[in-house]
Amino acid sequence: MLNLAATLMTAVSSDSEGASKNFFEWLFSSNGFHAPSIADLNPEPLLFGGTIFEFNRITFVRVVAAVVLIAIFVIAARNAKVVPGRGQAVIEFILDFVRVQIVEQIMGEERGKKYLAFLTTLFVTIVFFNITGVVPFLNIAGTSLIGLPIIMALWVYVMYLTEGVRKHGLGGFLKGNLFPPGVPKPIYILLTPIEFLQVFILRPATLALRLAANMIAGHMLLVLCFAATQYFFFEASLALKSVGVLSITAGFAFTLFEIFVALLQAYVFTILSTVYINLSLEDEH
Amino acid sequence: MGAFIAAEAGHGEGESTFNPILPTNYDLLWSFLLFLVIVVVFMYYALPKIQKVLDERAELIQGGITKAEQAQAEAAAALDEYTAQLREARAEAAKIREDARHEAAQIVADGREKAVRDAERIAEASSKTIDAERQQAVVSLRAEIGSLATELASKIVGESLADDARQQRLIDTFLDDLESETKAKG
Repeated sequence: MLNLAATLMTAVSSDSEGASKNFFEWLFSSNGFHAPSIADLNPEPLLFGGTIFEFNRITFVRVVAAVVLIAIFVIAARNAKVVPGRGQAVIEFILDFVRVQIVEQIMGEERGKKYLAFLTTLFVTIVFFNITGVVPFLNIAGTSLIGLPIIMALWVYVMYLTEGVRKHGLGGFLKGNLFPPGVPKPIYILLTPIEFLQVFILRPATLALRLAANMIAGHMLLVLCFAATQYFFFEASLALKSVGVLSITAGFAFTLFEIFVALLQAYVFTILSTVYINLSLEDEH
Repeated sequence: MGAFIAAEAGHGEGESTFNPILPTNYDLLWSFLLFLVIVVVFMYYALPKIQKVLDERAELIQGGITKAEQAQAEAAAALDEYTAQLREARAEAAKIREDARHEAAQIVADGREKAVRDAERIAEASSKTIDAERQQAVVSLRAEIGSLATELASKIVGESLADDARQQRLIDTFLDDLESETKAKG
């Protein structure tokens, strides 16, 4: 935290060009247009810099998201009643959505029961970590740094491998996945390497990359729009100031779009995880 | 451009190019810890608790439906029973009415027969009494009329009719005449 304060202090003193400027002048001042860069995703450490415990802005955002998420669901669970209130109805709507639209649609009611809790957790976690990208003052998705998507993808990866092996045995699982039945023998020369890549590398990799890339792109779009607005309003010549209206409108539109993307990516990640687990459990491919 | 990104990207130390698809060790560690905490809280506390409430609700609704169905079945059974009882009662009432009518007819018939018998008996008894009384009257009259007539005749005729034999003959003749006259009349 000391580190954070120091950073803030230097930022204020270097930008303010002396004590004559007040807080608002500092807030609305800028020294030229900064295009967003990929380096935004590698912020200065706030704590424990250089160690494995390095704690930076994105980790802080994640902690906030996790605390809020856990708080909401723990309170909801503690106050859960047979006759639901308004808040509980919203929570139940979300849980119902995952159960009916994702899990039961793909696995069916019987098989889905066992994985419902994990997939629900996965869905709401991704939604909450995505949505921080449009929450004021957090302004970056917790999933836009690849670590979290990788952890979640690996969790799903380990899950569908172990479930598949547990159901069919190691040999049965490998045979079913790498040598799909109903194909002429020579085709296996082509098919088996592809299936191997698919099952052991591409599925988890695409899961993680799709989510992170979407969130990074969303962050870039938003930062570009709002940085441009800042520049047009406070830096550019009078003729260009009107362009700022355009860029702030675009920023607003993209904020709505990012909310949609946040929900969509959570849906996609969860539904693909469900499909992968289901494929491992399928008897015949 | 690459140099620009490199210069911008490497924070603090500036020793390496930042690559967004390669995770850093601290990123993985924090991500894992946070996700683990969320998964544990959700799977072992929040979701089972909410699920329990949902199950309770489903049970309650299911129970309500079952109860309603049961009540309906009971009502239907009661209705059937009442209808059957009503039908039975109606049949019984009809039977009782029929019996009563039958009995009444029997009673009337019996009464009529008895009355007829009584009337016949009374008529017979009275005719017998009348016959007896008439017989009696005839006998008493015969005796009385004889002596009266004799008295009268002796008074009229005097001593000439004192002879008993002649007297008796005369009386019998008179009475026979009288009797035949009466019979011819009646």
